[in-house]
Amino acid sequence: MPHLTLLEQALISGILAGGLYGLLALGLSLSWGLLRLVNLGHFAMALLAAYLTWYLGTAFAIAPWWAGVAIVVAFFVYGVALHWVFMRFRVTEMGSMLITFGIAVIVESTIQTIWTADFRRYETALAGASFVVGALYVPMLNLAAFVVAALLAVLTWAWLRFATIGKALRACAEDAPIATAFGINHRALSFLLSGICAAYAGIAGVFIALIATLAPSEIWTWIGVVFAVVIIGRLGNPIGALAGGILIGVCEAMTMAVADPAWAPLVSFSLLIALLLFRPRWI
Amino acid sequence: MTRQRVLEIAGLAVAAAALVAFPALDVPAFYVSFLYMVFFWIAMATSWTILSGFAGYWSFGHAAFFGAGLYTSATLATKFGVPFLLTLPLAAGVAALLGSGIGFVVFRVQRLRGELFALLTISVTFVIAAIISNTAIDGGAGVNLMNVHLPEVFGSPTGTIYLLGLAMAALSLWAAWRIFRSRLGLGLLAIHDDEDVAEVKGVPTFRYKLAAFALSAGIAGAAGGVHAIYVGYVTVGETFEITVTMYPVVMSILGGARHWLGPALGATIVTGALYGFASGPEASLGRAGIALGLIVVVLLLPGGVMPGLIRLRHALRRAPDRVAPAPGLAAVPKQCPAQGATPVVALDCRGICKTFGGVQALKDVDLAVLEGEILGLVGPNGSGKSTLINVVTGHHRLDRGTIALAGARIDALPAHGIARLGIARTYQIPRPFNRLSVLDNVALAARFGPLARGRADAYAEAAHWLGYTGIARRADALPGQLNLHERKFLELARALAARPRILLLDEVLSGLNHTEIDAALDLIRDIRAGGTTIVFVEHLMRAVVALSDRVAVLNDGAVIAIGTPHETMREAEVVKVYLGKAHAS
Repeated sequence: MPHLTLLEQALISGILAGGLYGLLALGLSLSWGLLRLVNLGHFAMALLAAYLTWYLGTAFAIAPWWAGVAIVVAFFVYGVALHWVFMRFRVTEMGSMLITFGIAVIVESTIQTIWTADFRRYETALAGASFVVGALYVPMLNLAAFVVAALLAVLTWAWLRFATIGKALRACAEDAPIATAFGINHRALSFLLSGICAAYAGIAGVFIALIATLAPSEIWTWIGVVFAVVIIGRLGNPIGALAGGILIGVCEAMTMAVADPAWAPLVSFSLLIALLLFRPRWI
Repeated sequence: MTRQRVLEIAGLAVAAAALVAFPALDVPAFYVSFLYMVFFWIAMATSWTILSGFAGYWSFGHAAFFGAGLYTSATLATKFGVPFLLTLPLAAGVAALLGSGIGFVVFRVQRLRGELFALLTISVTFVIAAIISNTAIDGGAGVNLMNVHLPEVFGSPTGTIYLLGLAMAALSLWAAWRIFRSRLGLGLLAIHDDEDVAEVKGVPTFRYKLAAFALSAGIAGAAGGVHAIYVGYVTVGETFEITVTMYPVVMSILGGARHWLGPALGATIVTGALYGFASGPEASLGRAGIALGLIVVVLLLPGGVMPGLIRLRHALRRAPDRVAPAPGLAAVPKQCPAQGATPVVALDCRGICKTFGGVQALKDVDLAVLEGEILGLVGPNGSGKSTLINVVTGHHRLDRGTIALAGARIDALPAHGIARLGIARTYQIPRPFNRLSVLDNVALAARFGPLARGRADAYAEAAHWLGYTGIARRADALPGQLNLHERKFLELARALAARPRILLLDEVLSGLNHTEIDAALDLIRDIRAGGTTIVFVEHLMRAVVALSDRVAVLNDGAVIAIGTPHETMREAEVVKVYLGKAHAS
């Protein structure tokens, strides 16, 4: 039986890691739930953002928040462009999955060609910063990621819930032709949403750069975790994505605390399989 | 056998002999190795297509089955000293078992199609990779097969590996070709288009999907077994690499995933294109190139290369070789029902109940359909007419009650079992298999109907019914190209081709104009004269009165009246339902 403090520590790091999962899941959940597009390229773009943050920081000494601003703008444009392609070619749900899978592989190869497959670590002054509560240790950066994730989730939720544009978006997701008949500009809205989803991937990427060690193959390890989070949180539900992220983060951290860390990827993928088999109605 | 056919076979034999003897010629080892890779990818892509291209269940996890086979062979050959060639069937077996195990669970969950199935197969790949990596199977260090003995053909193990690869490719192509031309293949393509309709037309969907999954996984497993000895040193990282999952998908889609030869074509093109990117940083670029190719193909050429080639071949031959001149109405055997004799009950529904959520769609319905009659089924919208058809055909399970066909209970049978006993239906809104030709749509019903026709018979039968319903000239069109009128008659032809004992028509007349309705009425009378019992749901009273021997009126899920058209329509309760209370008295 592991020490109680160890479990408490695992709980804290699980919750904080869950914030990052939630942040990654947010964009995916919105595009799947509201645009009916399954974006396997979401993780690849987040990792690309992480590499860009790291590269801009180490090679040009650009601070992560400035890098973040540039990335968010660029990614928004990418999101809009991607959606233009989907609209132009009338891509189906399955087609979107194939295309974004292709994008993921291209991004992985690009990262590997430019920055090699070596592990990269972004050393910043904040990297080691943490504070101590009782016997527990709370890393600052993870906490920041968690706060940003929570903030974005709540803001997005409120936007969808209360703003006119948000309501229009949900109407389009229910039935696009009918929504259009009621005067909603479905096309413009879906471009906006696709841009926002990509921008969220960029924000998540900045935090990944600050917190994690980077390697091109990371793209694929995120798939299980984040899809499980998206399904648990229900599609298109920002608060759900955050809650799902925390749940899975804690599960993983607990597994690592009590069992061999090498088995950790098994937790999220098994959970995803179980969800698909037993809760297909959630999708 | 025509001269052309003889030439084709001779050409094929010469090509096969040349391929077999290739390593014996004094060629650089590079070419032997390159051809092996072509064979390997042909086997993998073809295996993917059998499940994903034919049945439409897109596997994003073929690396899992490939890996299962690869590690089976590697483990048996190194740790247990099993002769290598003997490990190959076992590798195929383990992978097939894995595939059918997954299928057995997954295919019971109705909604796990499309992208959800793809997600599931991705997950399975990672789980299996994690298990192999963390247990003694691999142990994280990889398995070395350098010391595994391999019988030498052409003086070196390379020749043997080459031949194994060739055998694997040939075997997978043969399997795909056989499936493509068999009932299984036609059934799988129908499952791809509309699984529910396929089941109602007599396709045992669960069994077929399971067979496709097992076969597909088995071939991938065998290819994995051969690949273990080709690589010589296997690791989890390389075995479950994302390219192993991606390449078969790209190759199949590029070549054409709805044709048996498509994936082989795509595999050859892609492997050839990858030829320039052999190793190091270039390998990564090659992978990016393939991914880009995938995107371009999905956007611009979703059907792949194969359909274009087939059109070209047809154009060159200029021979519409399939559709025989369609016989007209007179060709139908007229066996009049035994009239005047004591009526025999053909279909007997007793006390059937069906609830959806809180809505009781059918409440204790008793209905006996007599042999050889035309029974009109009328009632307001939502009165349970369509539900009744859906429970009789087995699409929905009954909550309570029994249904018997000629005295034998059928309510516990799966939908395809009921179809095989001779109950066929049409859909109010036509639901053809959209990517099968009109002729194939009808032939499918004949192949899976009660008579289970062979291939040639089924096409003759289909051509006959297309002529009968007057749409023979559209035989090679796709259903999407037909107008509503033609699609309605396609529905009818598809139901008739099964040669049903009982035909359930769901509003066949809606949307047709006056002349078309008259033609349809004649057709329905004629079908009955051929010995088929007909239940027809209809709103158009003129047609109901003109056609029906008896009419049953449904309201609110219960039968409120049954009898001859004139009697029934005069009953107070029926008038009340149709015209309101004031007119009832």
